[in-house]
Amino acid sequence: MSAAVETGPRNALSSRWQNWRRGAYRFRQSTLSIVGLVIVALLIAVALVGPYVVPHPEHVAGGVSTAMRFRPPSAQFWFGTNELGQDVFSLVVAGSRISLLAGLAVVVIAAIFGTLIGAVAGYFGRWVDEALMRFTDLMLTLPSLILAMAIAAALGPGIGNMVFAIAMSWWPGFARLVRGEVMAKKEEVFVQAARALGAGAPRILMRHILPNVISPIIVKMSLDMGFAILTVASLGFVGIGVKPPTPEWGSLLSLARGYMPDYWWTAIFPGMAIFLAVFGFNLLGDGLRDVLDPKARR
Amino acid sequence: MALLEIRNLHLAMRSFEGEAHVLNGIDLKVDTGEIWGVVGETGCGKSLTGLSISRLVPTPPARYLAGEILFEGRDLLAASEAEMRALRGRRIGMIFQDPTTNLNPVFRIGDQMVDVALHAGHADPAVLGLDRRASGRARRKAARALAVRMLERVGIPDAARRVDDYPHQFSGGMRQRVLIAMALIGKPDLLIADEPTTALDVSVQAQILRLIHDLVVEDGLTVVMITHNLGVVAQLCTHVAVMYAGNIVEAGPVRPVFKNPGHPYTRALMAAVPTAGTKRGELAGLPGIVPSLFKPPPGCRFATRCAHATAACDLGAPAMRELSPGHSVACVLAGEI
Amino acid sequence: MVLRIEGVTKLYPARGGGVTALRDVTLNVVARESFGLVGESGSGKTTLTRCILGLEPITEGRIVYDGVDLATLSAAEMRRMRSRIQIVFQDPYASLNPRMSAHDIIEEPMVIHRATLGLNARQRTERVAELLQLVGLGEQHLWRFPHEFSGGQRQRIGIARALAVNPELLILDEPTSALDVSVQAQVLNLLHDLQRRFALTYLFISHDLGVIRYICDHVALIYRGEIVEEGDTETIFTAPKSDYARMLLAAMPEPDPDKSPFARAG
Repeated sequence: MSAAVETGPRNALSSRWQNWRRGAYRFRQSTLSIVGLVIVALLIAVALVGPYVVPHPEHVAGGVSTAMRFRPPSAQFWFGTNELGQDVFSLVVAGSRISLLAGLAVVVIAAIFGTLIGAVAGYFGRWVDEALMRFTDLMLTLPSLILAMAIAAALGPGIGNMVFAIAMSWWPGFARLVRGEVMAKKEEVFVQAARALGAGAPRILMRHILPNVISPIIVKMSLDMGFAILTVASLGFVGIGVKPPTPEWGSLLSLARGYMPDYWWTAIFPGMAIFLAVFGFNLLGDGLRDVLDPKARR
Repeated sequence: MALLEIRNLHLAMRSFEGEAHVLNGIDLKVDTGEIWGVVGETGCGKSLTGLSISRLVPTPPARYLAGEILFEGRDLLAASEAEMRALRGRRIGMIFQDPTTNLNPVFRIGDQMVDVALHAGHADPAVLGLDRRASGRARRKAARALAVRMLERVGIPDAARRVDDYPHQFSGGMRQRVLIAMALIGKPDLLIADEPTTALDVSVQAQILRLIHDLVVEDGLTVVMITHNLGVVAQLCTHVAVMYAGNIVEAGPVRPVFKNPGHPYTRALMAAVPTAGTKRGELAGLPGIVPSLFKPPPGCRFATRCAHATAACDLGAPAMRELSPGHSVACVLAGEI
Repeated sequence: MVLRIEGVTKLYPARGGGVTALRDVTLNVVARESFGLVGESGSGKTTLTRCILGLEPITEGRIVYDGVDLATLSAAEMRRMRSRIQIVFQDPYASLNPRMSAHDIIEEPMVIHRATLGLNARQRTERVAELLQLVGLGEQHLWRFPHEFSGGQRQRIGIARALAVNPELLILDEPTSALDVSVQAQVLNLLHDLQRRFALTYLFISHDLGVIRYICDHVALIYRGEIVEEGDTETIFTAPKSDYARMLLAAMPEPDPDKSPFARAG
C-alpha cells in the first residue's frame, strides 16, 4: 500500500507475477523447503542429462563385464559394481529417468481422474455423491499394491501397464481430498455470491470452486510423488513392471537383495536414491503448502 | 510503581515488501485498577502492542528495536521464555476476539481449564490453595474445583454440571465467558483483552462488559482492552490510548479525551461514528489511507490525511504534550485546534 | 411498494420437529427507500435474505417483487429477476473469490446476464472501469486480486459487482460491520450517494443501531424469526414500544462516557 500515487499492474498477468514472487519469498523463509527444492531440482537434472554423461553407458544398455563383478566403491566405480560387473553409479543415474517419469505419470493421471470424480461428487451431492464415493471406497478397500499387481498380471508387465495399474489404485485419495475441498468451498460466501448473481453449476465449479482447490491438489501431488516413486520401485522389486536390463531403482534394489550384506553397495545406492526422491518431494510439498495457501498471502 | 509500563517500544516486522516499523515508540503506563482502552484502525499496531505485553509476537519475523515493557518493574523483553511462561496465565491473562477458535473443540471445557489451572498452580501453588508437597491427585481435584468456581464467577449457570460440556454446547457469549474464566483462573493481575466483544451480539456484549467491569471493581483486576469500538471504550474504560500507524497519538482519562479530543485523528474517529443527530450523507469519513509503514512519512504519520497539516508537521515526529493532567496529545497543534 | 414479504414462514425440517427460522414474517419495502432489518445472530435475518434471493425455498407465504410472486417464476425468469435484486455481503474478505481479479469479479454478473444486458467483452471492460470509478476506485485497481485490497476497498468492489447489472433493489447484509469506523463512514456515504443517483431501494440488514438510524427510513426488528416491532426509524428510536427494542437500545454502546451504565472513577 503506497500513499499518494498508486500504479497498479497493467493486467492480470503482472499481478499474478507479483503473487508468485510473494510466494517465492515465503518459500525462501523455510530452509527445509529449499532443501526439498534443491533435491528435486537435482533429481530432475540427473534424469534429464544423466543417461548421456554416465561413465559406463554400455552397462546401462545391458552390457556386462563379468571380470569386474562385485567391486566395492572406488575411484573408478563410485558406487561399486554388481553381480554382472556393471557400474552401479551408471545404473542408478540412468534409472532416475524411468523412476521419476513413472512416478510423475502415476500422480498426474491419478490427480486428473480423482479430481474429476471428487469435484462432481462434492458439488452435486446426494445420490451422485453416494454412488461415486461408494465406488471410490471400494477402490480404497483394495490394497493398492495387490490391485496394481492384479492389473499388471491381467495386462501383462511393462512400464505403461504398471503406471496405469498404480494410477488406478491411486486416484481415490485425490477424489476424497477434492470432494472434501469442493464441499467446503461450496459453502464459501463468494460461491453463495456467484449463486445469487445467477451463475450456473458449470461456471461455479470451473470459475469459483476448482481454482480454489488447485493448491491442495498440487501439494498432494508433490507429497505423493515420493510415494509413487516408491510404489513404482516396489513393483519393480516384486518383479512386475520394468524388466531388466532397463535400469529402474526398484528392480535394481530387488536384484541386489540376494547379495546383502556382503555386497552392500549394490543395494544401498539404489535405496539411497529412492529415499532421496521421497524425502525431497515431501519437503517440497510441505513448502508448497505454505506458498499456495491464499489466506496466508496478506 | 505502575503495574505495567511500556517505554519507547519499537517493533519492526519483516515481510516480502521489506521491514516495516510497526510500533514506533509506544509509551503507556497502566496503574492497578485501571481499564485502558487501546483504539485505532486496523493495522495501527494495537494488537501487536497487546501481544508484546505477553511477548507472543513471533521473533522473527518481528524484531524489537528498542524499548522496555516493565511489569512490576521487571523488563519482560529481557525475561527468559521460562519466566514468561510462568507469567502468562498466572500474572497476565489474555482473551482474544473469536471465542470459537480459542477453545479446543475435542476437549471438555473443564479439562481445558484444569490444564490452565495446573499450569498456573505449577508457577504458584497458592493459586490452587495447596502447598508444594500436595499430590498430583489433590492438585487435580483443587484445579477442577477452581474451574467450577471461575465458571460461576463469570456467570455460567449450573457451572458444576456444565464444566463437563464441550465448547460447541455453549453459545458465543457463553464461550467468551468461558475464555474469560480461563484467562482469570490463575488470578492474574493484568488482563489483556483483544477485541473480546467484536464477534458478539450487542446484548451479549453489554453482559460481557458488565462482567469485566465487575471483575475490576470486585477483584482488583487491571485491564488493557484492545478494540476498534469507541462506544465500548466510552462505556467501560477509565483510560484510553488512541493509536495511529504505530504511534500513540493521544492518551489519557476517558472523559477528557472523549469530551475534548486534542488530536485531529481522535476527532476524525469520533466524527465517523453515526449518532442520533447525524444527517444522512453528512457523516464525516476519514479520507485517504494509513501510510505505508515501509516508508513512513518523515514527521507526523497522520499528516498525509490531516485537514490541519502544515509544513511544521513534516519536520519531525511530534512529542506528547500534556493538555490537562494525564491527558496528552502528540500533535504540533495540540490545544490550538 | 416494490418488495412485499407476506406471511413468510421458513421451517428447517429435522428430527424432533425441526427449527422454525422465520415465523409469519410480513414486511413492505417501499421503492427508493432504505428499509432496515435489525436482529442479532440467530434471529433469521440471513435466512430471510436467502429466501428473497431464491437460494432457499420458503415453507409458507409469498415473496412478491414488483407485483410478481417469486415462487411462480420459472428458472429462466428467476435468473432474469436476479439481475434486478442484488446483494452486498457482510464479510468483504470472504465474499470475493481470491483467485479472480477485481476486473473479473465485477465483470462476472455482466457475463452471466449478457443475454439481458447485451454487452460485448470490450464494453464490459469499459463498464467495469466505470463502476470502479463510481465506487471510488480507479483503473489501477482493475487487475489486482482481492488480497491486495484493504477491507474498505474490497467492500467497494462488492458494491461495484452488485451494481454491474443495474439492479433496482440492493440487499445490504451488514455491509460495514467488518470495517473500521472511518472506512464505515466512507462506505455509508457512498451507499447514500449511489441510492440518490440510481434511485435504488435498500434492504439494509444490521445489528448496529447507529448505522441503521443513520441510513434507514423504516426499521423492523426481528427476534427469533418473528418481527417484534416495525415502523418509522425515528419513532422506534425515540419511542420504542417492545421490550426487545428497548433492550437493544439500552445495550448499544454510545461513544459518550457520560452515558456509561457503570459508575467509575477517572
